Amino acid sequence: MGSLELRQVKKSFGAVDVIKGVDLTVADGEFVVFVGPSGCGKSTLLRIIAGLEDQTAGAVLIDGKRVDATPPAKREIAMVFQTYALYPHLSVKGNMELGLRQAGAPEATIAERVKKASEILHLEPYLDRKPSALSGGQRQRVAIGRAIVREPKLFLFDEPLSNLDAALRVNTRLEIAKLHRLLKATIIYVTHDQVEAMTLADKIVVLNAGRIEQVGTPMELYHRPANLFVAGFIGSPKMNFLTGQVAEKAGATTVGIRPEHLSLSRESGAFAGVVAHAERLGADTFVYVEADDGALLTVRVIGDTDADAGDRVFLTPTGPVHRFDGGGVRVGE
Amino acid sequence: MSRARTSLPRTIAAHGILITYTIIALFPVILIVMNSFKSRKAIFASPLTLPGPETYDPIGYTTVLGQGDFTGYFINSLIVTCGSLAGVLLFGAMAAFALSEYRFRMNTLTGLYLALGIMIPIRLGTIGILKFMVGANLVNTHLALILVYTAQGLPLAVFILSEFMRTVSDDLKNAGRIDGLSEYRIFFRLVLPLVRPAMATVAVFTMIPIWNDLWFPLILAPAESTKTVTLGAQVFIGQFVTNWNAVLAALSLAIVPVLVLYLIFSKSLIRGITSGAVK
Repeated sequence: MGSLELRQVKKSFGAVDVIKGVDLTVADGEFVVFVGPSGCGKSTLLRIIAGLEDQTAGAVLIDGKRVDATPPAKREIAMVFQTYALYPHLSVKGNMELGLRQAGAPEATIAERVKKASEILHLEPYLDRKPSALSGGQRQRVAIGRAIVREPKLFLFDEPLSNLDAALRVNTRLEIAKLHRLLKATIIYVTHDQVEAMTLADKIVVLNAGRIEQVGTPMELYHRPANLFVAGFIGSPKMNFLTGQVAEKAGATTVGIRPEHLSLSRESGAFAGVVAHAERLGADTFVYVEADDGALLTVRVIGDTDADAGDRVFLTPTGPVHRFDGGGVRVGE
Repeated sequence: MSRARTSLPRTIAAHGILITYTIIALFPVILIVMNSFKSRKAIFASPLTLPGPETYDPIGYTTVLGQGDFTGYFINSLIVTCGSLAGVLLFGAMAAFALSEYRFRMNTLTGLYLALGIMIPIRLGTIGILKFMVGANLVNTHLALILVYTAQGLPLAVFILSEFMRTVSDDLKNAGRIDGLSEYRIFFRLVLPLVRPAMATVAVFTMIPIWNDLWFPLILAPAESTKTVTLGAQVFIGQFVTNWNAVLAALSLAIVPVLVLYLIFSKSLIRGITSGAVK
């Protein structure tokens, strides 16, 4: 009911190649997150799927049918935008109805679907308000409601949480996860925030400079990153990378150790260094250690620690040490 | 902090400057209106005094309304101004939308070509325009003036409106596309309402030179049936004798429609002018 396939999709703006050949399959009901740094082409890829942008080469298939020449309105998709993009002159109800009305759906269907969507999103009290009279969170719910009423094959989310404040972002994230479970819909979600990607996705697609770096479940990406880029992008705080003697000893060009896989000691350990700074968050503490060979390492300590700036400490890996070759490809642990 | 911003000397100075400027700007207008109600002798004897019981004389207005078809001239001016305004706003906004929204070959060049008209006065092409109008059998019609004024107003309109249209959220237009709205509905229902302040600004800047123009009515439409107010008022200005009463009365009357149009647009106009500066 809602599968997607991309075959060698490419996009160039003039001489600039933004998407350099992307192959991807998304199964029905999957929640797929495109994640990557800004400018990696993730939004462009989403717009190509939506039909708002034409690909330079390659094919887009929805439910096995090529939709390259199909206009956005006929692709049976719905999109939620970062800036909400509600129609300012229409009420909440009008915003939700417009798509169906354009498609010529019967009044009864429209009313029923709007009712259902507003129940799911708790929008009933606001149906007659204009978007300008709503808060940011409410506006985003209306935008999601506008997508739901269309009962599309594909939901496309373009950084929907970026304009919300931190608390609301966590709430809305939960809502979206619940919604996915409730609707069992296929969702493609674009974000630059790896936390959103990790918490929401069935499958994460890591993009960098117009190419797919790795596709996998959040835990696959965390435990077995394919290369340096994915290793550095997934996980917070960032994975520590060490080159030089330490790496050579492990038979690699670079080794990576996650901050949570290092232990801190005052007596002895694999690497020695001086604490540059300690960030205390309550539940855990991030200690930044300047190793003797010059590298800056991050250590995640559960709870509090007495280590403070200037202290001499020793670090020992307690978990997997990822090894990468000269080309940045992961070769083992 | 807040005291410094509202200090009395500053307020007085600011208002002093504004009031001085207002007086300078309004002085000629007031002078015209004032003298239009006076007798010819009084106009020359004491041009700066208000009309009193002795000097009051509506002769100017009776001349204007009695001689020639001034109501007709007014209607002509209104038809030409409103027609051109509609043309400039509609086609200017459409061109601006295309330039700001669609990527196509020669986009920048087309934009520059359209903007060139801001710098080159259309009057340079008068002879060509006249030949064309004669050939097309449009001399002495309202349409001739409307066409010329639309062409004259378009460059500035396209230039201003395309800048404003770039600020309209892409997401909103794309949301419309996904909901199945046609490009025309996106333009008319989503984009135009959002650039209304800019439209008002363009309307005022376009309207005033058209209303005041003497050149093209004189050349393209001097017939009695198509004469505009500005051209009509020239009847009273002779090489040797000028009927000042009538000229001043005609000018005073000509202010009214522009004033009305300005008041209609002004609320949006102020928003349009300040929208870049004050956020």
